[in-house]
Amino acid sequence: MGQTSPLLSLKNISKEFYGNVVLQNVNFDLHEGEILGLVGENGAGKTTLMSILFGMPVIAETGGFSGTIELDGQEVHFTSPFDALDAGLGMVHQEFSLIPGFTTTENIVLNRESMKPGSILNDVFGYRMSTLDRPAMRKRASAAIHKLGVKLDPDMLVSEMPVGHKQFTEIAREISRENTKILILDEPTAVLTESEALILLDSLKKLSKDGVGIIFISHRLREVTQIADRIVVLRDGVAVKDTQAAGVTVKDIASWMVGRAMSGETGPREESRAFAEEAFAVENLWVDMPGETVRDVSFSVKKGEIFGIGGLAGQGKLGIPNGIMGLYPAGGSAHLESKDIPLNNPAAALKAGMAFVSEDRRGVGLLLDESLEWNIAFTAMQIHGQYLKPVLGGLFTQRDSVAMEKLCQEYIDLLDIKCTGTKQKAKELSGGNQQKICLAKAFAMKPDVLFVSEPTRGIDVGAKRLVIDTLKKYNREYGTTIIMISSELEELRAICDRIAIVDEGKIAGILPPGANVAEFGILMAGETDSPSRTKRMAAAEEVPNA
Amino acid sequence: MSAKKGITKFISDYAVVIIFVLLTVLSIKPSGLSVIYIIQEIITRLGRNSFLVLALLLPIYAGMGINFAMTLGAMAGQIGLIFAIDWGIAGWQGLVVAFLVGLPVSLLLGWICGKIMNRAKGREMVTGYILAFFISGVYQFFVLYMMGSVVPMRNPAIMLSRGYGVRNTLNLESVRQSLDNIVLLKIGPFSIPLITFVVIAVLCVFIVWFKKTKLGQDMRAVGQDMAVAEAAGIPVEKTRIVAILISTVLACAGQIIFLQNMGNMATYNAHDQTSFFAAAAILVGGASVTHASIPNVFIGVILLHAMYIVSPLAGQNLFGSAMIGEYFRQFIGYGVIAISLVLYAWKAKKAADAARMGLRAGASNGNGVTANGSANGATGPAGDGGAAGGSK
Amino acid sequence: MRDIKTFIQDFGWPRIIIFIFLIILFILAPIVGVRLDASISDVLNRFGQYAILVLALVPMIQSGCGLNFGLALGIIAGLLGSTLSMQFGLRGFMGFFGAIVLALPFSVILGWIYGKLLNKVRGEEMTIGMYVGFSLVMIMCIMWLVLPYSNPQMVWGFAGKGLRTTISTEGYWLKILNNFLAINIGEFFVFPTGLILFVALCCFLVWLFMRSKTGTAMTAVGSNPDFARASGVNADKMRVISVIMSTFLGAVGIIVYEQSFGFIQLYTAPNSMVFPAIAAILIGGASVNKASMANVIVGTFLFQGLLTMTPSVINSILQTDMSEVIRMIVSNGIILYALTRKTKVTK
Repeated sequence: MGQTSPLLSLKNISKEFYGNVVLQNVNFDLHEGEILGLVGENGAGKTTLMSILFGMPVIAETGGFSGTIELDGQEVHFTSPFDALDAGLGMVHQEFSLIPGFTTTENIVLNRESMKPGSILNDVFGYRMSTLDRPAMRKRASAAIHKLGVKLDPDMLVSEMPVGHKQFTEIAREISRENTKILILDEPTAVLTESEALILLDSLKKLSKDGVGIIFISHRLREVTQIADRIVVLRDGVAVKDTQAAGVTVKDIASWMVGRAMSGETGPREESRAFAEEAFAVENLWVDMPGETVRDVSFSVKKGEIFGIGGLAGQGKLGIPNGIMGLYPAGGSAHLESKDIPLNNPAAALKAGMAFVSEDRRGVGLLLDESLEWNIAFTAMQIHGQYLKPVLGGLFTQRDSVAMEKLCQEYIDLLDIKCTGTKQKAKELSGGNQQKICLAKAFAMKPDVLFVSEPTRGIDVGAKRLVIDTLKKYNREYGTTIIMISSELEELRAICDRIAIVDEGKIAGILPPGANVAEFGILMAGETDSPSRTKRMAAAEEVPNA
Repeated sequence: MSAKKGITKFISDYAVVIIFVLLTVLSIKPSGLSVIYIIQEIITRLGRNSFLVLALLLPIYAGMGINFAMTLGAMAGQIGLIFAIDWGIAGWQGLVVAFLVGLPVSLLLGWICGKIMNRAKGREMVTGYILAFFISGVYQFFVLYMMGSVVPMRNPAIMLSRGYGVRNTLNLESVRQSLDNIVLLKIGPFSIPLITFVVIAVLCVFIVWFKKTKLGQDMRAVGQDMAVAEAAGIPVEKTRIVAILISTVLACAGQIIFLQNMGNMATYNAHDQTSFFAAAAILVGGASVTHASIPNVFIGVILLHAMYIVSPLAGQNLFGSAMIGEYFRQFIGYGVIAISLVLYAWKAKKAADAARMGLRAGASNGNGVTANGSANGATGPAGDGGAAGGSK
Repeated sequence: MRDIKTFIQDFGWPRIIIFIFLIILFILAPIVGVRLDASISDVLNRFGQYAILVLALVPMIQSGCGLNFGLALGIIAGLLGSTLSMQFGLRGFMGFFGAIVLALPFSVILGWIYGKLLNKVRGEEMTIGMYVGFSLVMIMCIMWLVLPYSNPQMVWGFAGKGLRTTISTEGYWLKILNNFLAINIGEFFVFPTGLILFVALCCFLVWLFMRSKTGTAMTAVGSNPDFARASGVNADKMRVISVIMSTFLGAVGIIVYEQSFGFIQLYTAPNSMVFPAIAAILIGGASVNKASMANVIVGTFLFQGLLTMTPSVINSILQTDMSEVIRMIVSNGIILYALTRKTKVTK
């Protein structure tokens, strides 16, 4: 280590998406053999930054970026991921990019297979007519596996491998390229078991000793402190901290990630309120939602309360409402006041008086090809039989377009939804206005308990304010109990009466909104003083460095 | 896997083969046909049909399902034969000429087909099926109206009396069995068309070699996961077109081989059932929409045609009606394809569900959070949860 | 100007081209000696004949099951209904409506089984529907030979058992709808009032259904199954209902066709009715998961108009019979085009 010009240099990288500034003047360097830990909340800009670095087409399609990228002191322009690969960058994504029916070897050398010397067929039909040289392929694959320092069977089919091995195969593929100088790993330990994660960290250390520069993106702050040489913290698109890792604690990182000055946007905090009866409770909830697994969650919410649920992405907070409302397989128990709510049954949850505004606006929340009227009235129609006209003495029903239109117009006015009319198709509205439609749909159900998941994700500042105010209004005026799930801590702190933080599929703790920001950060990073965690930390400390 | 699960799996993987073997064996006796006759018929049909069925392999390999549009290649071959007969070239030389004429046509049609299939990803089979009908209309237009009028034809014997348009039945006497008869090997009571089988063997060798090339490997990758292949830099669209091109050319040659054995050609309809028979054969042989290999081809041809040989007579003797036997035969043919498609789609759905289970278990750090049990209490990770096997 | 552009984009170039082409044919007709009044009468007749078969495709498209290549199942239910009606000697309107009533239980059973099957094979419904249809047609071929029908107009004269390939509806309910309140103008033009009224009635009933609570739920399932599920709708149940509806409408459709065409066509005939119906609804502007009454009416009209006028006009011009070939190219070309359109799935 110790080189004059850095391997990789990012200078003043800025990017905006349709007016939304996502990255602002991000600067950092990566040296040969250095491991850089890149941390930040959801939406802080990590993925965008990596997309820029890797020449992903989506960047160019949305107006490009400003700033420069230098490799070994030379400026580079990547127009596609293949350029980046050729230049020596390797990227290991969260979703595996492997061919299931191919062996480890075949995946490691995918599209870079060793071939036997050509014949005349090559002259006529091109290089792809050469026969594969399987022994040579196996040798190269084994070399890469060895470089990684793990045990992988070169002949095993990927489809039969445990998840951890798939991850290693991906990494082996990147480093088997002769010229890989930089390796970027995006949440590599997310799907690994404890011991696999340790093996991975060891092999990364080994790789860095061989001179490879590594950018390690992870929310598992403990791992970051274990292997990173330097740490860069992104917050709201700005690199707020760039420091040597020595001496940095998890608590420090958490504060940098999460802490920000209270903005005036979200209005003054009200006095804390007192509540009487319990409105809703869950015990031992587990939910099988890919990417947001819930393992064991129990909490209780008081009537009239606004209860917030926060936590980092992938930790399970989104799984909670999805499980309760029956969108994903779930188990455990849930009660609304004293009634038992059956799980895995959307109709039952809705009929009982609960409603849900999903975080997946376009996928679950809207009928994009239908009118706004349809979207708002649909659930109330199906569950409560509203907005239907009985025909022939109730023998069958017809949609009551007049009533639907009236309903729709009501909400258009109430929520200030920008549209050309009630008959406009939902897909034509902007993100913020679509979100308002989703809210309207839930409000039209007149729920006792309202789950709102990521209510202001992807919408502009003005609309954000309106949405939050509307939720507050419904809560104050109609007494609707609101359970709000959000990745934006500020939003939660602005209107919630209590905030629970979810980590690794469990509730890590519940804090009052006025609590110190750093305390939230620590809960999110999974650093509570529970005995199991202390044991794990101790065990981790004992692993000798490779 | 428990024994019961193993048996169920075996049955579902080989359901079609099992049904066929049973039906055929049960029909031999009622058909009244001698075993020697049946075997000779099977030998003849192997020579006649195998090449066509082999043409289906590469598109399946490339993930495009059953290439119902192989009919396009068959039509190209038929056009070649028409010209060969028209120019009066007899014997196996006539067949070679037919292929040389059909080759550019099949390359063109195959390229068009490949392009169209790329625009209908996920719906290749239905699209191929309809495309075959569409091109059949064009073919009929060409042969019925263009040949003899716009395209000069020399031999009035094959033309309709009105001066243009080829006759409904084309007599292939001059090239009849010319490939088969080059060397007719007699072993005991059986006659084996040796050169035909040699040609088929050469094709098999070609396919085996092809799978070992980079292009073959790319095709396999594309067939398994287009997105991953694309991300790795493999030219997915081009690779798929190549698979269809080869398939169409092989169908062209295959149809020529088929027709030379038949001895005459229903000019406008000979290609109608080509893809159906080939598809039924390969599926009966144990192939699926995503997996097919050379043994499937031969097993399938033998099983399917054995059934076709015995069932009409069996039907006649059992039910007193040849018609019923005939209908039953066709029912089995379609039914086989339907069952194979259903099994494949059903398994694919189950696999997707199982993959999600695997992902979940992998993310649980070895905690046994299963669909049936409730989560353990807050006991934290139990050791390292048997890491390596934990996600199964 | 922008409105015209959006109209063209929505309507689709192929439909406009076919529409213009059809107008040209109508203009050419009298010039080449084809009687215009006979042609229009013909087109109206064929429109009514096929319309309900095309209508039958709507429920399954709306519920997201795609194009019903298994329409043969509904047709078979209709064939069972009409043959039974004839066997029981029902004539006139009794015979016609009797056929429909008799077809109902078959449609429900076949539709239910088929619907359950399709739920298990999402993604490959079209090819599977095709081959399930073919298989069932083949079984029925055996059935037509074996079932104990005895009506002398229906069975083979020689053996006295086994149904004929085509059975005339004359004397029973031939043209019972067509002739109802028919309007004759001159020697060549007949407006089949009853037929058109019945088609309109069926379209109206389907339209009413689509506006009911269940119909709304069904549309949502096809539009966004996740949305529908999140709103408490049982997507699988909706799909099965749509398949049963489709099958029954197919049965009604073939009975209407039979009374107009004059023959009950058994054995392998059902196979040839499926593709024209699909081509018609596609040319009417339906997509793989959205279809409306307008698509049905416009599509059937354009398609049947094309199939009627093109051969008659071109045959007159070229003095030769090209109708079969033209039919193959046109109808399959249309389906092909629809299958290869880059479906803009709004996600």
